[in-house]
Amino acid sequence: MKKQKSIMEIIAEANKAVTTGIDEKDIEYWVMIYIMGRAYKVPAGLTIMQAMEYAGYRFIRSAGCRAGFCGACATVFRKIGDYKLQTAMACQTKVEDGMYLVQIPFTPAEKAAYNIGKEPYDVSVLFKYYPELARCLSCNTCTKACPQDLEVMDYVQAAIKGDFTAVAEGSFECIQCGLCAIRCPAEIVQYNMAQLARRMFGRYGSKRPESLSKRVKEVKEGKYEKDFRKLLSATMEEFKKLYADREREKD
Amino acid sequence: MTVFIREEKMAELKFIEGYPEYMYELIKVVEQTRAKRKDYTPKAMTMEEREDVLKVHPDYAEGGKRAINIGVNKGDIAPNEVADLLEAYPLIEEGEIDLRKPDYTTDILIIGGGLAGTTAAIWANDQGVPKENILLVNKLRHGDANSIMAQGGTQAADRENDSPVIHFIDALGGGHFTNKPDVLQTLVEDAPLIIDWLIDLGAMFDREENGDFVEIWGGGTCRKRMHACRDYTGLEELRVIRDEFKSREIPSLEYEPVIELLTDSDRVTGALLWNFETGEYKIVEATATIIATGGFGRLHIRGFPTTNHYGATCDGVVIAYRAGARLRDTDTVQYHPTGAAYPQQIIGLLLTEKLRSMGAQPVNKDGEAFVFPLEPRDVEASAFIRECYVRDKGVVTPTGMRGVWLDTPLIDIKNGKGTVDKAFPGMKRMFARFGIDMAKYPVLVFPTLHYQNGGVETDPWGKTNLEGLWVAGEVSGGVHGKNRLMGNSTLDCIVFGRKAGISTAEYVKSGKKRGKLTLEHMKKYVKLLKEAGIPKERKAPILLPDYRGKRVLARMIDVF
Repeated sequence: MKKQKSIMEIIAEANKAVTTGIDEKDIEYWVMIYIMGRAYKVPAGLTIMQAMEYAGYRFIRSAGCRAGFCGACATVFRKIGDYKLQTAMACQTKVEDGMYLVQIPFTPAEKAAYNIGKEPYDVSVLFKYYPELARCLSCNTCTKACPQDLEVMDYVQAAIKGDFTAVAEGSFECIQCGLCAIRCPAEIVQYNMAQLARRMFGRYGSKRPESLSKRVKEVKEGKYEKDFRKLLSATMEEFKKLYADREREKD
Repeated sequence: MTVFIREEKMAELKFIEGYPEYMYELIKVVEQTRAKRKDYTPKAMTMEEREDVLKVHPDYAEGGKRAINIGVNKGDIAPNEVADLLEAYPLIEEGEIDLRKPDYTTDILIIGGGLAGTTAAIWANDQGVPKENILLVNKLRHGDANSIMAQGGTQAADRENDSPVIHFIDALGGGHFTNKPDVLQTLVEDAPLIIDWLIDLGAMFDREENGDFVEIWGGGTCRKRMHACRDYTGLEELRVIRDEFKSREIPSLEYEPVIELLTDSDRVTGALLWNFETGEYKIVEATATIIATGGFGRLHIRGFPTTNHYGATCDGVVIAYRAGARLRDTDTVQYHPTGAAYPQQIIGLLLTEKLRSMGAQPVNKDGEAFVFPLEPRDVEASAFIRECYVRDKGVVTPTGMRGVWLDTPLIDIKNGKGTVDKAFPGMKRMFARFGIDMAKYPVLVFPTLHYQNGGVETDPWGKTNLEGLWVAGEVSGGVHGKNRLMGNSTLDCIVFGRKAGISTAEYVKSGKKRGKLTLEHMKKYVKLLKEAGIPKERKAPILLPDYRGKRVLARMIDVF
């Protein structure tokens, strides 16, 4: 009699398309893509990144978190019959039939060095480190290039006006992939400028909570040392009781 | 001439709101019970019930693990995938490397530029180690790390009704009372200091109108102490720390993984770097070395998908172990309860626990809320597996995965319309890219490999049993015991990155001389491998996983 598969074996089997290389016999639907101009038949329904791997590429660059957070897999593509150059994160974009694509392995963008503790919280700091900000043409190319769909031009304009709140809020979800800077005709490094603006806003934009300052002081003064000394000598039974007796704060 | 193959067959499967028709129909069952579930939360499990459900957890289910046969932790249990890497040959052979002339000489070598490593560099610099005497090396780009993907938050007991002691007890119970108490004390006591430091650096935590932090629940906590930056907490923390690092112009290298440590008997004295693109090796001579290489999700333990980044391949543990570092808690692995189970493009990716903190409820295919939403992660994950594979109340996807619903529309219902947009822009964006609106429709989830609980044992300063070697972050073991709570990993990285930075700075400032550069430890280890009859082709560290298609691998010719 054939041994029944365990739960773990069934789970592993169901996941094998994402944990190992894909076997073509498991694939029913296909599309054709063009990686740096060369045609490859790849399974439909994969991300650009997975499709390139299926085709035989093993990434060193252009793959990072694989979940849309790190900005390593910036990709430029065009669909056959369309003149438009589009941008995407390869790990978060489904592969489509007729995609011509290439990845951007590195962005040689300027990043200024500063000490935010010594800078004034006003617009001058942005122009001091990123003077090219003034060159913005309001062409909106950066916004169109942003794979996070951020309103990049709007936050650049807000920066020119010294509106730190708007820059910080508008750029917060930036993954610093560099696509805006690469497309910008005014050669602004939007994402690095916004990083400086956010840090200024994070440090000076709102009051530090009093409860935090109080707790920091208590810890530094050793307020909890006695409690911990007692706690660290507790028996396992005492630990378990302490845990079981915890009272949960109200929702 | 080009041959086109169109997506004709794709048209057969009808999609509604991003779901195949049959799944969309099943969502209606969830919608029908939603009003009733809105004010109902299943009871948290008793300790006995927890024990019972854990039987289906991948850590406790039969198979999957074995004893380590070689080295300091001989006899300890580890997942097969990890034990295999510990019992593997180095990438180099003795005599192949010329150790006479170091390419870099530094006071502090930091391996790995996630939150822990980057923090360590800044604090070492703050203690007076000049920037040019610090070197940070990265396998991939600086910041390509699990840190940047952390979504939910960072725990710190800074509110009036909370204290580091309560934080300690939460973490200890969540870790099944196996945490190393002295390091856990450091974690919870330093937590408020870390939040304070992050504010100095300009991190944008979620705030109330009056400037107070928005603090929310995490699984297994009895106080609301999670500090979040929308659902991009790790990204925000890493961005400000990395920006500070770069502003200080501390030297760093990218795409240069460490493939072996260098030793002088029981002291770590440097490392061997390998240029990922040219293949050239480089010798680093260092007074102190900090390993901050993260975890092992990309080993796909037990065949699970993972939330982890591309480089999470256990390298740090492998090289440290070979040099003689002691490990602990290698027998457990953390599976995050809510990995994406659908659509196929994002299988295994993380759906933050914060979703449940803010009211999203796990629901089975019959529309029943079957588990308290905020059990410790191993318990919650086990309850999902039981629902799908023991009780058969999961939903089967087109690719054959099973999952349970996470009823995300409840978040807006409970907290007001627009909450999902505001609190979870990252999650919302991820699903929207594949046609699903998670504010309107539930999403399908199943446990996913998330975190390396165990690792290299340390003292509260990140110091290992080997002289000259510190570790920080996920590569370490002990602070979380056999199960980590949400919000304690970003905290772990920054707390112990800082500690290691300070401690190594003190070590080098004490006038410590540099040691000899040898591969003696490797020679000894290879001897043990040979005696144990380990197959020659098994090599480590593996550096990266391999997802190339099977067809192309079968036809590959190694020409040059």
